[in-house]
Amino acid sequence: MTTLSGNDTASGIPRTRFGRAYLAYAVEPWLYLSPAILLLIFVMLIPLGIGISYSVQSINLLRPFETGYVGLENFEALGEDARFWTALVNTFWWTFGSVTLQFFLGLGLALLLSRPFHGKRIVQALVFLPWAVPTFLIALTFSWLLNPVIGPLPHWGAAVGLLEEPYNILSDPGTAMWGPILANVWYGVPFFAITLLAALQSIPGELYEAAEIDGASAWQCFTKITLPFLGPMIAITIMLRAIWIANFADLIYVMTGGGPANSTQILSSYIFTTAFRRLDFGYASAIAVALLGVLLVYAVILLFVRARLVKF
Amino acid sequence: MAALRRTPPLAVVGTYLAILAYVAFALFPLYWLLKIALTPERLIYSDGTALWPSALTLENFRAVLFATDFLAYFRNSVIVSLGTAAATALIAAAAGYAFSRFAFRGKRLVIALMLVTQMFPLLMIIAPIYKIVAALGLLNSLTSLIIVYTAFNIPFATFLMQSFFDGIPKDLEEAAMMDGCTRLQALRKVILPLTLPGLGATLGFVFTAAWSELFFALMLIRSDDTMTFPVGLLSFVSKFSVDWGQMMAAGVLALVPSCLFFAFIQRYLVQGLTSGAVKG
Repeated sequence: MTTLSGNDTASGIPRTRFGRAYLAYAVEPWLYLSPAILLLIFVMLIPLGIGISYSVQSINLLRPFETGYVGLENFEALGEDARFWTALVNTFWWTFGSVTLQFFLGLGLALLLSRPFHGKRIVQALVFLPWAVPTFLIALTFSWLLNPVIGPLPHWGAAVGLLEEPYNILSDPGTAMWGPILANVWYGVPFFAITLLAALQSIPGELYEAAEIDGASAWQCFTKITLPFLGPMIAITIMLRAIWIANFADLIYVMTGGGPANSTQILSSYIFTTAFRRLDFGYASAIAVALLGVLLVYAVILLFVRARLVKF
Repeated sequence: MAALRRTPPLAVVGTYLAILAYVAFALFPLYWLLKIALTPERLIYSDGTALWPSALTLENFRAVLFATDFLAYFRNSVIVSLGTAAATALIAAAAGYAFSRFAFRGKRLVIALMLVTQMFPLLMIIAPIYKIVAALGLLNSLTSLIIVYTAFNIPFATFLMQSFFDGIPKDLEEAAMMDGCTRLQALRKVILPLTLPGLGATLGFVFTAAWSELFFALMLIRSDDTMTFPVGLLSFVSKFSVDWGQMMAAGVLALVPSCLFFAFIQRYLVQGLTSGAVKG
């Protein structure tokens, strides 16, 4: 009998903590995970650590002999850098403008798509298409659309009285930010529509039927059923999306390069310009650390709000 | 249906008008891209802002394909995107399978690690990556781009693959293993066929992401013969900024693979975007 129980481990059912079968069982998932983990550590986490360490060093590829530890010098320079503070304010407007417009247009689209109508499948495919267009191409397309020589938008803007004459809004510091925001709205509406559509479909249909029997209007159904149901999910999606958009510099970099006169520079495009054009890795990393700090503060607020929302 | 039938006709008309407006908004910029690409060069300035060109030509496409380096850029981008998609799908499938089928100590830690890599600004690591890649002598090589893009896409792809594995009942492979299959055989004969659509969707999402990545490609690739499409297009735009027709023809070419993959992954958009949570 004692020999039999010894055979149990060999049949694939781990009996003891230290048996070979148990060891294989415990090791197996790590075997499958190891390529992913190793790649993430070597390509993302270690460079992240190195990047943070760059922020207290002087590393400029154009001045290779002045490399070394400089303490908080980069951050002190940051405090006196007017471009940095402009970029911080611009980051806020860029994120706020994009998220607000994307959300309301996305919500409208999701509400339209949540009801059946003729040709819904093809409509759905067409309105989601912008999501798949490469971002560099979106940026180029919109800067062409805004160019009075080959684009119709300035002429339309002048015709309806938005612009005094058909000029390129990207070359005017007062209006330039609207260009990338417009492109970003075009790109981001499908994302919000898809997420909100998925959430809308999770609301039980009986609720609407019951409300209809009780004589509720469509508007009452929307404010009394749809909004309370989607509220928490909407808040989380918006806040996560805001982080993503604050980091999203492709459109701005291609459309305006941060100009004219720094009027569209956001923190992430400023990081890239500093690293790519000026090859000043130390200073670029200091801006990046500052951006990370801003995002962390924001994330803490986000977690706080989330805790409040889940409670109710 | 019932709700739509009871609504007054005016509201129905309004709904269809709103839908039409959204479709027009989504398609108009792409229509314009195609329109200018098809307009003959001599007509660009007279027809530039007209809604419909008075003559059509394929000359711009011919010029872009045969007189510029765009075919090479296109090939480089296809290599990078396909390589990234294949490597990511393979690695993420293994990781997603581990998440879906095993309960083990440290699982939450690994998930946290993956989420962290999604939350910090990617531009934070562009300088260190440049230094490392330069030290390894891999600047201007497509391999370095494939490795970097694969790492970027793994967390998202892992969660996506996990959601597909979660949809396959565990009993299926257990039954196969009970009947004498090893885990690998069970995977190949039972799970793989069932998860092929999921694998396809992951390939599509990652391909689309790699196809449009710009900043790391700009940073790591400076030589003409390994430029990817975005880098090539931007340098073309800065050099020949009045060749409108050719620039837009090149843009239309960049759109083709994305549209193909979009048609392919369209059914999985909801799953992909909701399991990615933070990814655009």
